[in-house]
Amino acid sequence: MSKPNVIVIGGGLGGLWATLRIADAGFPVTLFSLFEVKRSHSVCAQGGINAVLDTKGQHDSIRQHIIDTIKGGEYLANQPPVKSMCEDAPGLIRTFERMGVTFSRTPEGLLDQRLFGGVKNKRTCFAGASTGQQLLYGVDQQVRRLESEGKVVKHEWWEFLSLLLDSAGVCRGIVAMDLNSLEVRAFSADAVVVASGGMGQLYAPKSTTSTNSTGAAASRCYRQGAWMANAEFFQFHPTAMMGHDKNRLMSEAARGEGGRIWVPKTPGDRRPPKTIPEAERFYFLEEFFPAYGNTVARDEAARAIWTVTRQMGLGIGGDGGDRVYLDLTHLDAAFIGSRLGAILEIYRKFAGVDPMTEPMEIFPAAHYGMGGLWVDFERSADGGIQPESPRNHATNIPGLYACGECDYAYHGANRLGANSLLSASYSGRVAGEAVVSYLKGLASDRGPLSPEIPQAEVVRQQAINADLMQAEGADTPYLIQKELGALMTGKVGVVRSNPELESALGELQVLRERLSKARLGESSTWANQSLAFARQLGDMIELAGVVTRGALARDECRGAHYKPAFRIPIPEGRFAGDPEFEAYRDRWHANNAQWLKTTIAEHTEDGPRLSYREVDLSVYAPTEPRDYR
Amino acid sequence: MTEQPIHLRIRRQDRPDTAPYWQEFAILGHSDHNIVSLLMALRENPVTISGERVDPIVWEHNCMEEVCGSCAMLINGVPRPSCSALVADLDQPIRLEPLPKFPVVRDLLVDRRRIDQGLKQVKAWIKIDGVWDTHEGAPRIGPDAWAADYLYSRCMSCGCCMAACPQFGPHSSFIGPAPLAQARLMNAHPTGRYDKTERLHAIMAEGGLSDCGNAQNCVRVCPKEIPLTTAIGELGRQTTVQLLKDLFGPR
Repeated sequence: MSKPNVIVIGGGLGGLWATLRIADAGFPVTLFSLFEVKRSHSVCAQGGINAVLDTKGQHDSIRQHIIDTIKGGEYLANQPPVKSMCEDAPGLIRTFERMGVTFSRTPEGLLDQRLFGGVKNKRTCFAGASTGQQLLYGVDQQVRRLESEGKVVKHEWWEFLSLLLDSAGVCRGIVAMDLNSLEVRAFSADAVVVASGGMGQLYAPKSTTSTNSTGAAASRCYRQGAWMANAEFFQFHPTAMMGHDKNRLMSEAARGEGGRIWVPKTPGDRRPPKTIPEAERFYFLEEFFPAYGNTVARDEAARAIWTVTRQMGLGIGGDGGDRVYLDLTHLDAAFIGSRLGAILEIYRKFAGVDPMTEPMEIFPAAHYGMGGLWVDFERSADGGIQPESPRNHATNIPGLYACGECDYAYHGANRLGANSLLSASYSGRVAGEAVVSYLKGLASDRGPLSPEIPQAEVVRQQAINADLMQAEGADTPYLIQKELGALMTGKVGVVRSNPELESALGELQVLRERLSKARLGESSTWANQSLAFARQLGDMIELAGVVTRGALARDECRGAHYKPAFRIPIPEGRFAGDPEFEAYRDRWHANNAQWLKTTIAEHTEDGPRLSYREVDLSVYAPTEPRDYR
Repeated sequence: MTEQPIHLRIRRQDRPDTAPYWQEFAILGHSDHNIVSLLMALRENPVTISGERVDPIVWEHNCMEEVCGSCAMLINGVPRPSCSALVADLDQPIRLEPLPKFPVVRDLLVDRRRIDQGLKQVKAWIKIDGVWDTHEGAPRIGPDAWAADYLYSRCMSCGCCMAACPQFGPHSSFIGPAPLAQARLMNAHPTGRYDKTERLHAIMAEGGLSDCGNAQNCVRVCPKEIPLTTAIGELGRQTTVQLLKDLFGPR
């Protein structure tokens, strides 16, 4: 019997870590990526990666990192994986360091750490202003080393289309398409790892994610029976700079250093912002949140911007007036130049406007999917996850694993700043280790996949291509994606209501029908990007349906999912011990009893079938509501 | 801000082995449009100035924040990422061509895997025992050394430096500036230093350092302002020392 082999889909932090771990263990890996591996969205994360090293004399503890993560996610994350992730974070950092990642250093030449959102201690390692890029390059270089040793084979510019499942429902390989020749081919494998990233393009162009973050690969697994979990939780970042192509993140630091957010008090005021007198400006964050003002938490700020633009009609900007000003012009130029250099440069470079002299125009942008493919774990005796258990990061399809942003674990309902690079790296490593255990446990008499299965699947996929190439409808897929992004941003965004979610489901159905009749606008059989895009769009609409259905069903406010009709407000000026606060805590507990559950979506021909699973709360019981007052 | 027609001339090529041709487009846009966003708008309705409907333009893009390196192309004759190229700063008609020196796949999409080959050639990695935790920190790196190394670690393999280099291209085996700069970076690392000799021998061979003509084009076009020529200079000194070691050093 030849050595079992593995396919990894996606070359971001998660995929490359999984590749490294599997190839290191001696199993051949074939890596599939839509583009050259170095270009995945992991490079965009700037802020840093959390790990408790306690280098700053603050008595930081891993226990505190675990609690911050759990509370940050409003208790929705299974706690054993969170515990193990936080415990393993320092070791991951040490491994990255050995790979040569250029982490920023202290005067002594040691790792430097800084403060990040939602946390009280300096716990975040960083590499200048490009941490994600540096981490990705660290693992990319190691994968290249293994590639040169013949342990890894890369298939760049290949797109994953579907899984090959045997008669027992076990994943035995994939069907993929060469994005240049459009050749559709089956590849057999003994295990498959999906590490295909997030789905921010559902909200395009009002999303901070890369254009390839469509979620299509995860959606394809979902259509073949993999469960999606907690898809309704999607984090929006309040201050992203508007672009015609995408939104680019303006760090929280801009507000931290004194930036003020405002809109003109008069709707439709078209005067240049600098000419609008102070008295005619509405500094709404300062009015809504007198104690915190402009530095109020991300989700609160995003909702306030939503209220002011969508409900009060005070937004600026041409198309629908959905932007607000983020103003730094009143600050000392030398001061902000030294403290905010990186974002000033981005704004100047991409908007062509200097934020030191003109207020920036910003919008809350879709940023990070908390939900994704459901993955399992095995709890260990110490309350974390069992190292090297084949159950870790396994989807419900045997032989199929998921890691990185495309899985749902670690963040719960909301993501703690600087935990995404950590979870992508950690989950990739864990998934890799789990796959190795899975391969070692495979029965040696497992026969080969019966050849009819890949043959039939290739034919089916070719037929989908042929249908799309021949369609002669009214719309192009690019136009339909624009409408999808507007629909999701408008009705399944920062603030949600059941009537709007209901109507979004209907509109998604219409988009699906229009796509089935769309025309590509070209018929070339070489590097036809419209074909690949049209296929992705179908999968995106499917996924949008899962997000929307989950949001419609979840009648509460939790983390990144907010429905004002079901809000349980903290009584103002009341704290623990006060009868009013305790009454609030009782309501909060009652709500948890109903909703502190993982949403599971299963694909059916009539749309997603939802069910709910208990969350493993064995590390830190939910007794304290999230309260950042 | 009102929309204005923006005039584009785009060099197209249907397949790697077919002849290139030019097409012209006028598309409504704002001056804060970048080239990627114009091309995105254009693919929704790809009609030339003479009213002919054509195939959507093929090009590569991903992060659009100038970190992934995928969207580089020749814009008005200069190699640069198209995401950070704003219409307001460009003379019209704006000429878009595929990044030169690399094989064209289609239209503005090129195959830059030769960069990857170069990185393998110079062994642009730190050799480690494995990716597990050894419970040991990495060697210390002082802030000054960090600052110098960090510049090189930001190379995103966009290929602009190679496109601008007169020595690099299908006509030569020259490895190009980007992989050389990575050799400089890895040689400076306290662990990477162990394999310095191997890397230097790789760049002392054919297609290596001595093929650099010192035109300095690379450093002028690098979007990340990486001091490529400084790296090449440092490697020059390192290879000279290595040469002497090879001649006179202990075997």
